Amino acid sequence: MSSSAPPVATLEAIARYEPVIGLEVHVQLATATKIFCGCPTSFGAPPNTNVCPVCLGLPGALPVLSREAVELAIKGALALDCRINPQSRFARKNYFYPDLPKGYQISQYDEPLGEHGYVDIVVDGAARRIGVTRVHMEDDAGKSIHDGFRDSDRYSYVDLNRSGTPLIEIVSDPDMRTSDEAYAYLTELKQVLQFVEVSTCDMEKGHLRCDANVSVRIKGAEKFGTKVEVKNLNSFRFLKLALDYEIARQVAVIESGGKVEQETRLYNPDLGETAGMRSKEHAHDYRYFPEPDLVPLRIGENWLAEVRAGMPELPARKRTRFIGEYGLREYDAEVLTATRAVSEYYETVAKASGDPKTAANWVMGDLMGLLKAEGKEIAESPVSPENLGELVKLIAKGELSGKLAKEVFPKMFSTGERAGVIVEREGLRQISDTGALEKIIADVIAGNPKQVEQYRGGKTTVINFLVGQAMRATRGQANVALVTDLFKQKLG
Amino acid sequence: MDIPSLTIARVREGLLSRRFSAAELAAEALRYAQAENPKTNAYLHFSPERALAAAKRVDEQIARGEDPGPLAGVPVAVKDVILTKGVRTTCGSKLLANYIPPYDATAVVRIEQAGGVIVGKTNCDEFAMGSSTENSAFGPVRNPVAPDRVPGGSSGGSAAAVAQGTAVVALGSDTGGSIRQPASFCGVVGVTPTYGRVSRYGLTAFASSLDHIGPFSRSVKDSATLLRVIAGRDPRDSTSADAPVPDYTALLDRNVKGLKLGLPREYLRELMSETGDLLSRGVGVLQSLGCQIREISLPSTNYAIACYYIICTAEASSNLARYDGVRYTFRSEMSDTLSDMYRNTRGEGFGAECKRRIMLGTYVLSAGYYDAYYLKAQKVRALIARDFANAFQEVDAIVAPVSPFPAFKLGEKVDDPLAMYLSDIYTITGDLAGIPCMSVPCGNTAGGLPVGMQILTRHFDETTMFRLADAFEEAQRG
Repeated sequence: MSSSAPPVATLEAIARYEPVIGLEVHVQLATATKIFCGCPTSFGAPPNTNVCPVCLGLPGALPVLSREAVELAIKGALALDCRINPQSRFARKNYFYPDLPKGYQISQYDEPLGEHGYVDIVVDGAARRIGVTRVHMEDDAGKSIHDGFRDSDRYSYVDLNRSGTPLIEIVSDPDMRTSDEAYAYLTELKQVLQFVEVSTCDMEKGHLRCDANVSVRIKGAEKFGTKVEVKNLNSFRFLKLALDYEIARQVAVIESGGKVEQETRLYNPDLGETAGMRSKEHAHDYRYFPEPDLVPLRIGENWLAEVRAGMPELPARKRTRFIGEYGLREYDAEVLTATRAVSEYYETVAKASGDPKTAANWVMGDLMGLLKAEGKEIAESPVSPENLGELVKLIAKGELSGKLAKEVFPKMFSTGERAGVIVEREGLRQISDTGALEKIIADVIAGNPKQVEQYRGGKTTVINFLVGQAMRATRGQANVALVTDLFKQKLG
Repeated sequence: MDIPSLTIARVREGLLSRRFSAAELAAEALRYAQAENPKTNAYLHFSPERALAAAKRVDEQIARGEDPGPLAGVPVAVKDVILTKGVRTTCGSKLLANYIPPYDATAVVRIEQAGGVIVGKTNCDEFAMGSSTENSAFGPVRNPVAPDRVPGGSSGGSAAAVAQGTAVVALGSDTGGSIRQPASFCGVVGVTPTYGRVSRYGLTAFASSLDHIGPFSRSVKDSATLLRVIAGRDPRDSTSADAPVPDYTALLDRNVKGLKLGLPREYLRELMSETGDLLSRGVGVLQSLGCQIREISLPSTNYAIACYYIICTAEASSNLARYDGVRYTFRSEMSDTLSDMYRNTRGEGFGAECKRRIMLGTYVLSAGYYDAYYLKAQKVRALIARDFANAFQEVDAIVAPVSPFPAFKLGEKVDDPLAMYLSDIYTITGDLAGIPCMSVPCGNTAGGLPVGMQILTRHFDETTMFRLADAFEEAQRG
């Protein structure tokens, strides 16, 4: 029994130890159909409707590997800078469970799709490179439902809609040393995979699932400690909490003279603890052997080049380019590459406007502010990137004042109208015509002799008052810089 | 209508000359098969509705003046490990006693598209594991030639149905000899095509890397016709080959003069004298047809049985995992926990031979044993395949016995699994190498028991195999 919480070590004790963490992340590929049959992968269908003989594991049914799934898996592996093996092989992982209809999972074992990749992370300003051991493909099991039915005290139900959904498993090297690094790794991994559109990585729908291998060793020790597998880490927050708990638990076990047992533990988010699974539940010998129903997966140079050509620019590279090409600050480049949609939106605005820096301010400021206020994603923005680009261009060309632009933008946002249309209709175009302005300036000078006197007497700040008068006369549409220059000329 | 004397050609001729309709033939064939079945227990169940519907389609095609297909109206029996939509498919197992598949095997689809009429499902060893059909959960099959003897196995029902004359042709499955050995025991033709030649989609898996679907018939020509119908690439089976399928029957030229044939010396040692004599006589016939015979060596043969029983049990242990009581199989209801349910269902559901192979297979795949057993067996398998490849550098075909002995008595070997396994000794090598091989009748013992001769050829060279067998069959007849 594991109901009584084991002791947790003090911070002083923990500080003497170094945790070693590796993550195994399962990611559902964003394919329209399952990995070995043509059934749809759509979420939320009535139970056991997206099924066929293959994903039901009926007698005589055979798997046929989906090309789309392979291509997405390759993209995912390439995004993590893995080497794609020219030949990989599927293997059967044998175990009994009611939601595993074939009695085995089709996975990859000693010949995975990709190997030797990495993910770069930054934690507290320090950059670290976390190795990716391997990326392999596999099919998902169905779902067991233990609660919610009238007879749930006696029966469990099985929904096989998810059975055969394509997954990739991404196994990291044991390179992480803190829960913050693990958090950063998972965050970066998720961002990259979303960026290349390999997966939605929606954790709530189970499209991203994470298990951790954790051990601790005295700082400076060379040998790894005994590792424990922690499962049920269903959110980023739980990952961090579970790791911190597990690290403290292991240190406490060692400090009290005990030995960490190699086992699988489940994180219980209600208690904030991990607890060992009964040994029966994880004492698996999976009896892997090559899947005889599938031929080895060969990925030739041509196919690989084709997939590579279809890859979008990855976020890290994009960040660097935004800084170099558009002169953005590091922080801004980070924000504007957070998702593929944001980066593509921004880049369209930057190109359409011809003023990438101002474009960055508008996307990060006014646009994101209004989107956030309305709970909208950038893809749902009522202002298209072309329209925002037009607005920024009007400012850049001096045809619209920055001040009036702040009034135009919310109108664009609520109506979806183009900036130019609103500016024309409301007569907001900035007056930069010297001839038209000279008349107004002459009137202001004539009407304010006292201030003109003061200016000429050396109190040059009075010019602000005069400019203000001119602006009022033009209902704010005059080009402020031009008006100021004209006053200086006339009075100088 | 003399059902037992029918051939594919005679059925076609009868239909096209309007001597009988396909519907009449189907009804008569079903009546005859049902009447004869108690003698052998060859069929587990019949499929009259499906048969009559197929026959009706053929009659309609003929009435419209269309070609009704190469198997038009031909009564076909199908081994009960091959799935038939809407028709019970038990695999000879209590676990699937009431299983009605929702889809058809590709071979079944192709047979019906070619005008074939599936009359029923034939008895077999449970999940095709056995060499005598005594491992069926639904009682053994009796050899129509000698009712106190086994028909061989595991496709004993299909061999018996064809020998008995209740079907013109039949489908069997062969993993280690399950087509050729019963063909030999029952005195009919049985063909194991190249691995990948016929789609396995809808064939209940025993050992996936060794499983084949293949024909039974009373003449070489009819097997050739049936194979051509079921052969060819199937996108539903990743291991099915994209190789052109020749018109085998058009190539049966009865001229095998100059063909180089190899006689593997390793296959001649354990032969019972009478079987050996019949084989020698058969080789003499081939010689008289102008074939050149030479002795060859397949040195890895001695390791074949061990290799085979490691690979096939390993794959079987995984393939049979799905019969777990959760979904469509029999379920033992007297269980309190999930693991009890698994244990009781499988304990009560599987027969002794399946359990034996599941245990063997689980053992050889276990952590720490994989390298010593499974991996080593795969290496031996490669050596066996290399032996054949080397031999085929010198010869066009290999001639060999099918079984060391003719049909044995019911019950004779049931309690001695090792003796039973040894009856596969000459057939498993062909499966391990994935090459085409067949059994063609080679005469009877003094006691009247049939003995078959095995012919093996290069990958995808069923043509040479059929040509040789057809010429041999003709010479025997003459």
